[in-house]
Amino acid sequence: MKITPEKVQELAALSRLRFEGEAAEKMRQDLENILEMCEKLNEVNTDDVEPLIYMTDRVNNLRDDKVTQEISHEEALKNAPKKDSDFFRVPKVIGQTD
Amino acid sequence: MSNYRRISDIQADIRSGKTNCVQLVKSYIARIEENKHLNAFLEVWAEEALEKAAVIDQKFKSGTPGHLAGAVIALKDNLAYKGHKVSAASNILQGFESVFTATAVQRLLDEDAIILGRTNCDEFAMGASNENSAFGPVRNAIDPERVPGGSSGGSAVAVQAHLVHASLGSDTGGSIRQPAAFCGLFGLKPTYGLISRWGLLAYASSFDQIGPLTHSLEDNILLTEIMAGPDEQDATVSDRPAPQYHANQSAGKYTFAVMRQAIEHPGLDANVKSETESLIKSLIDQGHTVTYFDFEYLDYLVPTYYVLTTAEASSNLSRYSGLLYGHRSQHAKDLESTFTLSRSEGFGEEVKRRIMLGTFVLSSDYYDAYYSKAQKVRRIIQNKTREVLSGADAILIPTTSTPAFKLGEKSKDPIAMYLADLFTVQANIAGNCAISIPVAKTATGLPLGMQLMCGDFEEQKLFDVSSEILRICNS
Repeated sequence: MKITPEKVQELAALSRLRFEGEAAEKMRQDLENILEMCEKLNEVNTDDVEPLIYMTDRVNNLRDDKVTQEISHEEALKNAPKKDSDFFRVPKVIGQTD
Repeated sequence: MSNYRRISDIQADIRSGKTNCVQLVKSYIARIEENKHLNAFLEVWAEEALEKAAVIDQKFKSGTPGHLAGAVIALKDNLAYKGHKVSAASNILQGFESVFTATAVQRLLDEDAIILGRTNCDEFAMGASNENSAFGPVRNAIDPERVPGGSSGGSAVAVQAHLVHASLGSDTGGSIRQPAAFCGLFGLKPTYGLISRWGLLAYASSFDQIGPLTHSLEDNILLTEIMAGPDEQDATVSDRPAPQYHANQSAGKYTFAVMRQAIEHPGLDANVKSETESLIKSLIDQGHTVTYFDFEYLDYLVPTYYVLTTAEASSNLSRYSGLLYGHRSQHAKDLESTFTLSRSEGFGEEVKRRIMLGTFVLSSDYYDAYYSKAQKVRRIIQNKTREVLSGADAILIPTTSTPAFKLGEKSKDPIAMYLADLFTVQANIAGNCAISIPVAKTATGLPLGMQLMCGDFEEQKLFDVSSEILRICNS
C-alpha cells in the first residue's frame, strides 16, 4: 500500500494529530512499511469465515438498571485542566468566524 | 532482608517474629533508592505504605491478617488506584489522579496487600522493550545495558531486583510474559474475561488482561485467584464463579504440543533452542507425551495483532482530548486546536503511529481489506489453537526467540520491535491463558522463559503443568 503525504495529512486530521516536515515523512514511511507487513494477511483464505468480534463468553450481559453515584461532582472536575466551581472550561465552540 | 520468593515464607517469618511489615517496607524503600538507575518506579508511596504496614503488623498480632498480608506490591502505571496518580507513562496524563480504584487492585487491598508505588512501562502499554516511556527506559537488573522487556518492564524489574515482592502488569500481546522471561520471573496472561479490566487504562479492549509478575508459581496462583471472578463493572468478565486454585497439585502425565514452526524458527537464539530441546527430552524421559504440530499461521500472528490492536487503540485513545482531564496545550486557540495540539504534544511517537495505523484500517475505504480481514484471520487462529489444545494438555513454546536484547537494538525499527512479540501474541489473539516460567539462564546469566498455553479458563491445568515443568527443571 502506497501512502501519499496527502493520506498522512488526512489520517492526521481524523486522528486529531499534527505532523509536519520530517515527522510527517517518517510517519508516511512507517505506515507504508507496517501496512506492507499487514498485507501478508491477504495470503490467508478467509472465504466463509465469520469475523471474530467478541472475545467474551457472555451474551446480553445485563445488570439491574439502578441509579448509583460513583463519583462526586467535585471528583469529576478534579482533573480538569481548566474549570470553575461547577463546569469544565473549554475554548469557545460557537460564534467563531475562522 | 532475605530475598523472599513466596508470600507464605514472608508470613511465616512475620508470625515467628523474624520480620514485620514495617521492616519489609523500609528495606524495599531503601532498595528502590539504591536502584534508581534501573528507572523501575515512576512514583513511590513510601509514607502511606509505612502507615499501612503498621496496620497490617497489628493485624498479625490480633490474628486477622488477610491472605496477602506481608506482601508488598507495585502497580503498573496503567492501573487506577483512587487518590493516586496514574499516567500510562505518558505526558498526556501528567498530573492525573484516579478517582476510583481498579477492581483487581481493590481485591488485593481487601486481602491486606501493601501497594508501594507505580512502575514505569511503555507509553499506554505499547512496546516490547520499555523504551517507549515518556519517563525514560527501564533497565534490566541483570545487565543494565539490556532491556527488561515490555510493556510491563518496570513491574518486572521491580520484582526482579526485589524492590517489591510482586507486581501487577497488563498483557495485550505479551506485555507480562515477555518481561517475565527477560527478568527470570513467572508472568501470567489469564484467559480473556477471568480478571476484571475495570480501572485498567485501555489499550486494546479485546486483548488486554491484567496479570501478576512473581518470583514463585505459588504467588502467581494466589494473586490470580484473588483478582479473578465476576465484576459488575466489566461486562466482558465471565460469570463463572470466582475460581479456587490449588498450588503444587500432584503431577499426572501430560501431553505437550510443540509448535514446529517455533522451534525451527530461523530467528531462534541458540540458547533458547537448546534449552527447549533439552526440556522436551526431559519431559519424554519423565513419561510425558510430546507431540509436534504445524502452525501455518505463525507469520500471520503479528499482522493480525497490529491491525486489530491499533484499530482498538485509535478508538480507546480518542478520549484523551485535552478537555476533561490530562494535558491541555497552552497554544490552543479553539476547540479543534485544543484536541490536535494537546494530543500532538501529549502522545509519544509510538502511540501516534498506532493511532494513525488504527485510523487507517478503520477508515471506510480500507475497513474490509484490513480490519475485517484481520478479524476473520483471528477466528481461524482461535479455531486452530483450540483444535491443538483439544488434543493436548498444553502448548509448549519458548516465550521469546532471544534473551533480553540491548537498549537501542530494535528501537529504530518498529517492525523488528513488533516481532519481539512473535510467540506471545497468539494467546491474546485466541483469548486463552498462557504463562511464562523461568527455566534456565544463558552462560552469561540472562534468564530464559518457557511459555505454556492452555485453553480458555484452564488456569488450574496451566498451573499444574507449570508445577511439573518446574519439578523437572529443578531435579
